[in-house]
Amino acid sequence: MGTTNSTLSKIPNVEELMQETGFTPAHIVRLYDRFEALDKEKTGLLRPQDFGAINRLAMNPIGDRIIGAFFSPGQETVDFHSFVRILAHFRPADKKRPKDPSMPEPVNSRTSKLKFAFQLYDQDKDGKISRAELLQVLRSMLEMQVTEEQLESIADRTIQEADLDKDDAISFEEFRKSLEKVNIDHKMSIRFLR
Amino acid sequence: MGPFLDFNPFDNLLCILLGISFTVWFTLLLVFIIVPAIFGVSFGIRRLYMKTLLKIFEWATHRIERGAKDNNHLLYKHYSNAIIAKEPTSLEEEINEIRRRGSNRDLDSASAFEMSDIFYFCRRGVESIMDDEVTKRFSAEELESWNLLTRSNYNFQHISLRLTVLWGLGVVIRYGFLLPLRVTLAFTGVGLLVVLTSIIGFLPNGRMKNFLSEQVHLMCYRICVRALTAIITYHDSENKPKNGGICVANHTSPIDVIILASDGCYAMVGQIHGGLMGVIQKSMVKACPHIWFERSEVKDRHLVAKRLSDHVEDTTKLPILIFPEGTCINNTSVMMFKKGSFEIGSTVYPVAIKYDPRFGDAFWNSSQFGMVNYLLRMMSSWAIVCSVWYLPPMTREEGEDAVQFASRVKAAIARQGGLVDLLWDGGLKRGKVKDAFKEEQQKLYSKMLVGTQEDRSRS
Repeated sequence: MGTTNSTLSKIPNVEELMQETGFTPAHIVRLYDRFEALDKEKTGLLRPQDFGAINRLAMNPIGDRIIGAFFSPGQETVDFHSFVRILAHFRPADKKRPKDPSMPEPVNSRTSKLKFAFQLYDQDKDGKISRAELLQVLRSMLEMQVTEEQLESIADRTIQEADLDKDDAISFEEFRKSLEKVNIDHKMSIRFLR
Repeated sequence: MGPFLDFNPFDNLLCILLGISFTVWFTLLLVFIIVPAIFGVSFGIRRLYMKTLLKIFEWATHRIERGAKDNNHLLYKHYSNAIIAKEPTSLEEEINEIRRRGSNRDLDSASAFEMSDIFYFCRRGVESIMDDEVTKRFSAEELESWNLLTRSNYNFQHISLRLTVLWGLGVVIRYGFLLPLRVTLAFTGVGLLVVLTSIIGFLPNGRMKNFLSEQVHLMCYRICVRALTAIITYHDSENKPKNGGICVANHTSPIDVIILASDGCYAMVGQIHGGLMGVIQKSMVKACPHIWFERSEVKDRHLVAKRLSDHVEDTTKLPILIFPEGTCINNTSVMMFKKGSFEIGSTVYPVAIKYDPRFGDAFWNSSQFGMVNYLLRMMSSWAIVCSVWYLPPMTREEGEDAVQFASRVKAAIARQGGLVDLLWDGGLKRGKVKDAFKEEQQKLYSKMLVGTQEDRSRS
């Protein structure tokens, strides 16, 4: 704690991080404080149980999936850099950025946000949302409130509408197409103060 | 013989000096603090003190900001309360909006579930990762200006010599002068309480005893209030709790009891402790009926409820003072009230207590420091400034269950004190969230979907 500069100097490769994610120094400092607050045992890494301690998140029906999104497959910890990179998905898109095909896709573009949401559905990461995966999500969001038949009919109807190549699964392109008109930037963005 | 002769006059002088200063000290104490406490009047010294302090704090903050600008430091404004701007929309509103914009068809034949519904949950989830309301409520509220206490100093370093000197002076005054004074007063207050209530205990029950016990309690609490240099403003005293009622208030620290009890007489409720607390409790109950429970009895809810309702039915007994939150919150919000006290069915007198954090933070984080440590911190702060509002009495209405009544009372207290009304259970500080809350979310969401389905099947 202290002035912004001294906290920033504690974080390695912070310039690179800011470039990649587009966060300002002030944002990074706040996120670092938050990271430290979550990291109760002061190991410098977060584990799934550290996220689990956030009550509002535990109350969220898809809380576990969101936590899962922070951890790469096989990894049990997440460091500050990865933490910030994932959160950067939720930065509002930069409207003025020119579309430069040679540059890598920025982390907060519409496509990246869609990919993040797609990941929440597609847990086995095979690039398609199968009927079973869709049912799982529905079950987490609705649990005891509807019958199994109702869940299945909802799943069927959704796949019917979105699945264009009739392979009984929703690929990323089909996902993107069905959400064409949704203002993803607005709904998957979080306004950072200052 | 020579050296001894030299010492004697000095010795005498020293003794005389000590004697005089002690007498002066004691007289001042008596006249300015204890006598007013007995009669409940005030010289207004504390308010003058408060005004002076405020001016000094303003100056200090001004200097720091100027200093920071001069040195080109980016002052990290730690005191703005959030990282992100959270939008206060409900689940229904948001999901409907997402669908309305994204749907290819018109709303009537829209499918009940949309793939985009997940965005709402996803965003809320990530918001809570970045910024969590509840955990914030449990750490001390951050201040906008520096009150010359390093414990509330997150941002301010050595900016100028003058400031450091002022801070040093502050330390000397607080620890060298105020702290001993306060500790003396505290011991006096508690000692008097124990002794006098034990004496009163010998009197036969009757009006005289009640009157005397009230006076004694009030006097001792007032001394304790002065021991903390608490500057309290009471509002709406016409709503003060009456016999046969239950007084509920929000809980920030153990001092709440002293603050309320110095303005009115209450019957306390609590567990019997060992040690000094236990002695105080036992002697208090000799003078007037308080409700103390053994540790084993506390678990038995029926027993607790019965004793409370018995007490309340007897209108000669004082109103009961209860803190339904069950734990100390950091005085920016009011957490869920436990329903036990609201089931008893008598009139509830809500009271809102709000501390002014500029002078000293009264919040007790029991997982961070123990009671003695806490009291020392309190006594070495500048002052405790707070406002107490007595709200109009409320009773449980027809068709309202205890939980709803509790929420209503809580909302009234939060509104009056300018505190945020949170749905969260104070016990969350120590435990995990109940699955009931997750179910709430699921219920809300499913009502949207299944509701739509039912409409369709009807048409």
